[in-house]
Amino acid sequence: MTKAPEAGPREVTMRVWRGEDRASGAFADHRVAVDPGMVILDVLFRVQATSAPDLAVRWNCKAGKCGSCSAEVNGRPRLMCMTRLSSLPLDQPITVAPMATFPLVRDLVTDVSFNYEKAKTIPAFRPAPKDADGTRRMYQEEVERVQEFHKCIECFLCQDVCHVIRDHEENKEAFAGPRFFVRLAALEMHPLDTNDRIELARAKHGLGYCNITKCCTEVCPEDIHITDNAIIPLKERVVTEFYDPLVWAKRRLLGR
Amino acid sequence: MATMTALRQRTLRRDAWWIEPAFLFVLFSAFVVYSFFAGIANANYFVDPYLSPFYSPCITANCAHLTFGPIVGTWWNLAPAIWIVGFPLSFRLTCYYYRKAYYRSFFQAPAACTVPDARSKYGGETAFPLVWQNIHRLTWYPAVILVFILALDAVQAFWFPTASGGHAFGIGLGSLLMTVNVVLLALYTFGCHFCRYLFGGRLDRFHLRPIAFRLYSLISALNLSHGRYAILSLVSVGLTDLYVRLLSLGVIVDPRIVFGG
Repeated sequence: MTKAPEAGPREVTMRVWRGEDRASGAFADHRVAVDPGMVILDVLFRVQATSAPDLAVRWNCKAGKCGSCSAEVNGRPRLMCMTRLSSLPLDQPITVAPMATFPLVRDLVTDVSFNYEKAKTIPAFRPAPKDADGTRRMYQEEVERVQEFHKCIECFLCQDVCHVIRDHEENKEAFAGPRFFVRLAALEMHPLDTNDRIELARAKHGLGYCNITKCCTEVCPEDIHITDNAIIPLKERVVTEFYDPLVWAKRRLLGR
Repeated sequence: MATMTALRQRTLRRDAWWIEPAFLFVLFSAFVVYSFFAGIANANYFVDPYLSPFYSPCITANCAHLTFGPIVGTWWNLAPAIWIVGFPLSFRLTCYYYRKAYYRSFFQAPAACTVPDARSKYGGETAFPLVWQNIHRLTWYPAVILVFILALDAVQAFWFPTASGGHAFGIGLGSLLMTVNVVLLALYTFGCHFCRYLFGGRLDRFHLRPIAFRLYSLISALNLSHGRYAILSLVSVGLTDLYVRLLSLGVIVDPRIVFGG
């Protein structure tokens, strides 16, 4: 059975951010023809081809796996290559803006190096000694839990949407952001890792700044349950170490 | 042809993002106001065999239906609910789901994703008073005890007083309401993030603790709907109290079937 072509207008208005800084830049409207099955990135290519050849857009795989084409479509952080035109109301202009949390380079391209600097502050995996037979073993149920975190494609949409740094630039120094809580959780919950990063998560990466409003989980294109599976379990581990009076009493009475 | 538009808006979202925080604001406010007046009323909270969940366990000597023998003596002449309200209240106030809900709906921090925070400064849960959210786990233990006590109340709600002074098994709308209420409370309490952590989430090597891993898996499944049960159980507690109250005031009649009464 042949699938009917997607219904909808043949032309849309793309309202795209243009400029090299947020103070002097502005949105520019482009009226472009569209075809069924297009995603936002396709439409921007058409804008480049027809009316704005100098429009700066970062992209790479066009398959939702490289994490390059992150932007804000109608005010919501999305991968442009995975946002189908048919999922948006086409009778109004479609707004495409750069990620608000990061410094603007030009048009839709932002400087995400903040994230790479944060990544450097997380101690690497340090495996336990090998078993007597010279191997290291992990069991399936242990692999599955950390595997979810390894799906992260580093699109930084979670970092973009997190209000702790999106609305409060001054917190960038003290707060690593959800992507790096995912990274910390992946290492902390790894059955073979021997590094302890709990104090680091609390003191240096600012886990306490997160007020679990779950926006990071809402925007994750890999459907990682960032808040429930990474951040809250890390918070609970921090509570055990630093805030639980019962654990404290037990340690005082019985030793660690 | 491009036309330039300088656009400065609070948010570029066009969907009705304000509906959820507005709904939760109204729901929580209504619950707080209702439960405050119901909690201090000190009347109309018991109609044999139904005891309002706001007043359970009833532990003061002036209680209309003691759960246990009087723990608080006759000197106490205010509402018995005052003695227990702190336990479920602190559990819900520090619950991860409720934190999300009221940070969004009351504090607007943020009201919705990509909607700017209402305040210019933000320190999260790093300093007093919000650092106290970390005591959530201490509030979970009493909440579990409350679930078992309310389960006892629900069982008693199937035993109706008879003319001869005894009790006979029956089913009333109130019995069903109290049962649904305690089931929702149990689903909420045992799907808690701390419960998930306690029974397995704290471990890195699941294969050494297979029973803990099974429990962790079950609680994880329950935890996926934690927010839903948080809201449903809140509503069911309020409705159960309202039902008992209206019954006690004679506004409604409890439809029931009593066997052998």
